[in-house]
Amino acid sequence: MGGRDKPGQDGWVMGVWLPQLECIEALKLACVRGGRAVFRDVSFRLSRGEALVVEGPNGSGKTSLLRLIAGLLGPAGGTIHVSAGGSPVAEPDERGKYIGWLGHQDGAKAQLTPRETLAFFARLYGGREGIAEALESVSLTRAADLPCQYLSAGQKKRLALARLMLCGRPLWLLDEPLAALDAQGKRVVAEMLRAHARAGGLAVIATHEPLDIDAARLSLA
Amino acid sequence: MFGYANPKRFMELSGAVLLWLAAATAVLLALGLYLSFAAPPDYQQGDTVRIMFVHVPAAWVAMMAYGFMALASLIGLVNRHPLADIAAKEAAPLGALFTALALITGSLWGRPMWGTYWVWDGRLTSFLLLLFLYLGYIALWNAIESETRAARAAAILALVGVVNLPIIEFSVQWWSTLHQGESIVRAGGPLIASVFLWPLFLMAAGYTLLFFTLLIVRMRTEILERRARALALNASP
Amino acid sequence: MSAFAALLARDLRLATRAGGGALLALAFFAAVAALVPFGIGSEPRLLARVGGGVLWIAAVLAVLLALDRLFQADYEDGSLDLLALSPLPLEAIAAAKMAAHWLTTGLPLSILSPVLALLFNLPPRGYLALVLSLLIGTPAVSAIGAVAAALTLSIRRGGLILPLLVLPLLAPVVIFGAGAVLAAIDGLANGAIWLLAAFSVASVVLAPFVTAAALRLNTSE
Repeated sequence: MGGRDKPGQDGWVMGVWLPQLECIEALKLACVRGGRAVFRDVSFRLSRGEALVVEGPNGSGKTSLLRLIAGLLGPAGGTIHVSAGGSPVAEPDERGKYIGWLGHQDGAKAQLTPRETLAFFARLYGGREGIAEALESVSLTRAADLPCQYLSAGQKKRLALARLMLCGRPLWLLDEPLAALDAQGKRVVAEMLRAHARAGGLAVIATHEPLDIDAARLSLA
Repeated sequence: MFGYANPKRFMELSGAVLLWLAAATAVLLALGLYLSFAAPPDYQQGDTVRIMFVHVPAAWVAMMAYGFMALASLIGLVNRHPLADIAAKEAAPLGALFTALALITGSLWGRPMWGTYWVWDGRLTSFLLLLFLYLGYIALWNAIESETRAARAAAILALVGVVNLPIIEFSVQWWSTLHQGESIVRAGGPLIASVFLWPLFLMAAGYTLLFFTLLIVRMRTEILERRARALALNASP
Repeated sequence: MSAFAALLARDLRLATRAGGGALLALAFFAAVAALVPFGIGSEPRLLARVGGGVLWIAAVLAVLLALDRLFQADYEDGSLDLLALSPLPLEAIAAAKMAAHWLTTGLPLSILSPVLALLFNLPPRGYLALVLSLLIGTPAVSAIGAVAAALTLSIRRGGLILPLLVLPLLAPVVIFGAGAVLAAIDGLANGAIWLLAAFSVASVVLAPFVTAAALRLNTSE
């Protein structure tokens, strides 16, 4: 808990403290879906402050790779090593506690407002503050109290980005984070990723579109 | 094509055994049926007692099949063994068939005994519920597209079912005694004489072998189907 | 605990807002009960005799009505992945959702049941047993139903197959529940209510674990 109350230091991003995660290493991952081999021999290594952009055509397994990393999907082969706080994390379920997830679907309930949605996820992920700031940083303040069914696809994506910031997880897994966003929204994503990297966070991003950040590249055939 | 080494051995083994198994089934069933008709009529039930020889073994195998299915499901769930998944899947329609056979022969026996085809008797009612359990299991298998996901979901259902079966059986017995009061003639209850025991025993053995013979045929078919599908999938770009 | 409460509160809010299932289940309960006299005739003594059983069957069907969406809605909009990656174990997630489901279906219809019992001319001695047996027994319906809801999660028309899976498993609930009402009317002590309570406790305790296993297989495949 020591360094927790010193904003501006390593580990802080947008008012949220990140738990330590030193590195993630994937070795010869393989994925089989519906009896068909999607990819094999995928390896990479990421350390603090680094990002990886995953590219590849439709059906090349970008989403599956992210699910494998998150532990939501078991690999057909290969291993994933994560070390956090100086010791390895063995269980996939345990690994989930370090992951900030942004999937295809945004997880927004039509009947709830963005403010309620964020309040729920903040409590679920451990009672973090700063809902108003998170809404402000993705320019959703004016729509904050409208039920999500009235939001556009881009606004829902912004809501998901705000949730990602609030959850305070060190390893971000983003599946097409730029989809449905306008130019300003895309700049917000890039800025978020840069701030996350400065705070020592890691990120794996599956995307088709150019993204203005320093990142290693991985191409799935 | 992944981890199918063991099904390969199963195909070799079962191919060698199948014919002998089928022959033994035929002999046992023929002998059992002969003795069923050779036995003297019961002094209470008359010739209707002969229905017992096809009814009681069907009921036994119906229950045994559920136990077998649950066991295979457990192995499939714990060891992730595709052969166990296939065994559980292919046992279900057979179990449902034997359950239906037990229900039909039971109600045919009930017609002369009770004067009606259906009585909400504890035993018949629990077999009706068993039939629904089988149908639900089969429906779940068919409804889930992904094979591995279907196997695991169905396995969980089979295990939930096998834990619940004794409770269902108990509740139905409790209910039928509550509502009927006087006890009715229990199917298979009072007959003990060895003239009846022999055909019953032979028929039970014959039904059990029949179940396993049909199971192996069905499992072989399923494995061949999966191979054909895997070939087609990997051949297309 | 706070995460559990957050999920419970969110589900209660979703069920009671426009488009939620709570009011629908109540209305369905009343409608099924109201149809029965059209089918079997309005002879008061007959209705008094079958009333307890009919209301029990209507209650089970009403509780099942909203069950197919219990996890499917979260699965389809991506919330289930976010729940799975939260600090809350899947067992607790299943328990919270079961609790919310019962609080918005089983509980209100137990409270409404005396009004419908009035229409069935139920003898006064049966009222307490009816309400009590519904309060004790409907949690088991939610619990067993949740297992089936998790198993049928990925099936598009899961709502059609779910009743087939659960109805045989629910036979003991109906037998003991309706048996308790009849026993009270006839002044018998046959222990039905205790058997019901035992079944209900066992179901509610075990169901979260089985449900979590079913959810795990559905997010991980």
